[in-house]
Amino acid sequence: MRTDDEAWHSRSLSGLARGLAGGEFSARNLTESLLARIALHGESLNAFITVTADEALQEADKADRARSKGVAGPLNGLPLVHKDLFCTAGVLTTCGSKILGNFISPYDATVVARLRKAGAIMLGKTNMDEFAMGSSNETSFFGPVRNPWDLALSPGGSSGGSAAAVAARLVPAATGTDTGGSIRQPAAMTGTVGLKPTYGRVSRYGMVAFASSLDQAGVITRSAEDAARLLGVMAGFDERDSTCVDHPVPDYVAALAKPLDGLRVGIVRQHFDAGLDPRCAARVRESLDVIRDQGATLVEVDLPNLDLSVPTYYVVAPAECSSNLSRFDGVRFGYRASDPEDLSDLYCRSRGEGFGAEVKRRIMTGTYVLSAGYYDAYYLKAQKVRQLISQDFHNAFAKVDVIAGPTAPAPAFGIGEKTDDPILMYLNDIYTIGANLAGLPGISIPCGFADSLPVGLQLVGPPFAEDRILNIAHQYQALTAWHTACPEHFK
Amino acid sequence: MSLTKDQVQHIAFLARLKLGEGEFDDVVDKLSRIVDFVDQLQAAPTEDVLPMAHPLALSQRLRADAVTESIDRDAIQANAPAVRDGYYLVPKVLE
Repeated sequence: MRTDDEAWHSRSLSGLARGLAGGEFSARNLTESLLARIALHGESLNAFITVTADEALQEADKADRARSKGVAGPLNGLPLVHKDLFCTAGVLTTCGSKILGNFISPYDATVVARLRKAGAIMLGKTNMDEFAMGSSNETSFFGPVRNPWDLALSPGGSSGGSAAAVAARLVPAATGTDTGGSIRQPAAMTGTVGLKPTYGRVSRYGMVAFASSLDQAGVITRSAEDAARLLGVMAGFDERDSTCVDHPVPDYVAALAKPLDGLRVGIVRQHFDAGLDPRCAARVRESLDVIRDQGATLVEVDLPNLDLSVPTYYVVAPAECSSNLSRFDGVRFGYRASDPEDLSDLYCRSRGEGFGAEVKRRIMTGTYVLSAGYYDAYYLKAQKVRQLISQDFHNAFAKVDVIAGPTAPAPAFGIGEKTDDPILMYLNDIYTIGANLAGLPGISIPCGFADSLPVGLQLVGPPFAEDRILNIAHQYQALTAWHTACPEHFK
Repeated sequence: MSLTKDQVQHIAFLARLKLGEGEFDDVVDKLSRIVDFVDQLQAAPTEDVLPMAHPLALSQRLRADAVTESIDRDAIQANAPAVRDGYYLVPKVLE
């Protein structure tokens, strides 16, 4: 193996951990090398909103000192980046929005604090759809992110900057958030691994809220093993998030080795309907054969209300967002319109000028479905259908240990291709939204290519079965090399 | 178009959003399409189904009634567009 700079960026987080532990290179060497790569490629991808080079180098020196004193944390010296909706003390947190364009959080999100305490080094904050509302990264106030596999294409969204940065080997890992597929869909479109934990597994404290009953923090990495390492640090009870569950955190890395003998894998009949690109269907079926050959049984199951998951989501999520985003008023933080006539004008213009088009549409959709006369017909109705969708998963998990299928209906699409049709954009998340509505853990892993573009396989488990879906993903990756594929321009 | 311009104007006011001249027609069009799309929920049979507000079947946890942290006012207000003497400034509300 080469030990010059060029080899470092091609290593996984786990590979880098071994290099640091073995004294092959220092955290400062590694940080400098990756910062140089970010400087070289960052602009063409537009994956970053903020690069924290000075802070990162200081942290790297601190990590090297800790290691020399023998007090290195589990992620000591390992570089990563955060989606720009995690609050980071003293560093901009914009949420991809003009309205938070100057916001500097006075505190760290719990996810950020836990990763920092474990010794991880933040290299920057990644671009994203505004307030995580989008499936293509095109709603960002800071411009679209480009897909490393083809710069004319979108990397997906909303965690598009995180996915692009990991796919282009600018960093080995990134945090993300997933409200309707915002970690898993961009992971599928960039050939990376994207893990969304069970609702309540990871603290939401310090994550700018979009839809509070759906939002969950996770990671984008290059392997299931790397995701397991990070989740072990991020997961666990936090009294600052009243929905964070006090449930034991297993050793996710130790669970990776378990053989798949006897595993029952659910294949959803409705997943292979006409909406799925035939190339993606073929790659998913081939990957299922690999899993079956390891001793698993494939079992057909039904999710009869799958088609209703997108419309249900587009009532529930906008309703919660309209409430959450009412805090942006031009008074306490963020953008304020100039020369307001009165208080109402201050509110209306600060919000009208500060929010982008998609965010305004979602706030208004939510306001409408919650307004007098429409609440029962839309919001209450959607909550009932949400119950049916959740029940469908519950019924399926009575027969199988995990559900496997496509992450997205098609590979990456062109920037600008779907911006005129919100419904077409929303349908990107047809396979991912159900896990959010039901609060279940899901992971997307690379499973081959549709022509030259990556395809994702999604595994969804019962509540708190992150260890199981990571185990299956890892066993699949032990026999396949799709997750090691790198876009030509970023080798 | 399932939503009228007047309805959209009213929703925008409820949401305290001032829409620009150029964007109003686009909002009416796209919001109508979104409402038409979610209307397919009406056909779902949901008699006797309990609404699900949240994925966790847990009741809210209560914390101990103890002082746990103090907020540094100056650090918080460093993000505010206009403050004076620890207060947030807004346009005059009472004449």
